[in-house]
Amino acid sequence: MKRLLAAALLALVVCAQADPALDARLKQLEEELRCLVCQNQSLADSSAPLAEDLRREVRQLAVAGKSDDEIKQYLVARYGDFVLYRPPVKRTTWLLWFGPFVLLAAGGVIWWLIARRRGRKRDDDEATPAEDGIDASVEKARELLDRPEV
Amino acid sequence: MKSLRLLVPLAIFVVIVAFLWAGLSRDPHEVPSPLVGKPAPAFQLAQLHAPDKQLSAADMQGQVWLLNVWASWCVSCRIEHPLLVELAKANVVPVIGLNYKDKTDEGKRWLAQNGDPYKLSIVDGDGRVGIDWGVYGVPETFVIDKRGIIRYKQIGPITVEALQQKILPLVRELQKA
Repeated sequence: MKRLLAAALLALVVCAQADPALDARLKQLEEELRCLVCQNQSLADSSAPLAEDLRREVRQLAVAGKSDDEIKQYLVARYGDFVLYRPPVKRTTWLLWFGPFVLLAAGGVIWWLIARRRGRKRDDDEATPAEDGIDASVEKARELLDRPEV
Repeated sequence: MKSLRLLVPLAIFVVIVAFLWAGLSRDPHEVPSPLVGKPAPAFQLAQLHAPDKQLSAADMQGQVWLLNVWASWCVSCRIEHPLLVELAKANVVPVIGLNYKDKTDEGKRWLAQNGDPYKLSIVDGDGRVGIDWGVYGVPETFVIDKRGIIRYKQIGPITVEALQQKILPLVRELQKA
């Protein structure tokens, strides 16, 4: 009985001494890994049984001295790139990574074309003296205002 | 020129619809396995009905076989189970059951109730072998060729279509090879 108590105490002490640096590292790593069952949750957030198993697996690998990249590689070999929230840059993901910038650039080009055309139009307007036109309208307005009420 | 420019929004619309349409027909829960085309991960597990005996992936070398991941707690396993029982009767291809994260008593009872289509079942109590095989949703079924290469993975229950159009033709082709 005494020995059992001692063992329980020892277990408690061991648990309490859990490495906070390792915990922080694992937490950060698990934030970047996707839970395959719920798909829109990270491994850190998910309570699915598989996520628990994978967290245990990741911890064991980390304790065994594997680097974050090696752990990610371990999971990718089994579940594919889908487990990574940050997909690797490779030919099949070029569209994903660079597509938005291509769209942004295309939008910029269109914006520049429109701006240039408008600018040219304004230049054209300024080239032909519009003063007469404005004066005429002012004259007309004044005439209308001055006209006695019917 | 002007009418051509009017067609631009329509063209963009058509492209977006095409993408969305293609997206609708895909199941986001089916994550393509990187293991297809790779050697089957090694395992050495106790048999469900003979715990003192073991089975390893190497024991299956030289024949085409299926690995079906199942559990008594798995609801959709019940959907595919009659098909597996039929397949076993036809005696086309040996099916090994991987009893995944299950209690052995409940696994055995489940097979007694629903029929046992497996050549034998092996016990993966803690799901370690399941992780090596990239299992994330039971049931899953793998087709393994004579050289021990995974050739196909069915995620979720086997359907009649999947069996007749994919699994069986593939098995026949691999058996000839």
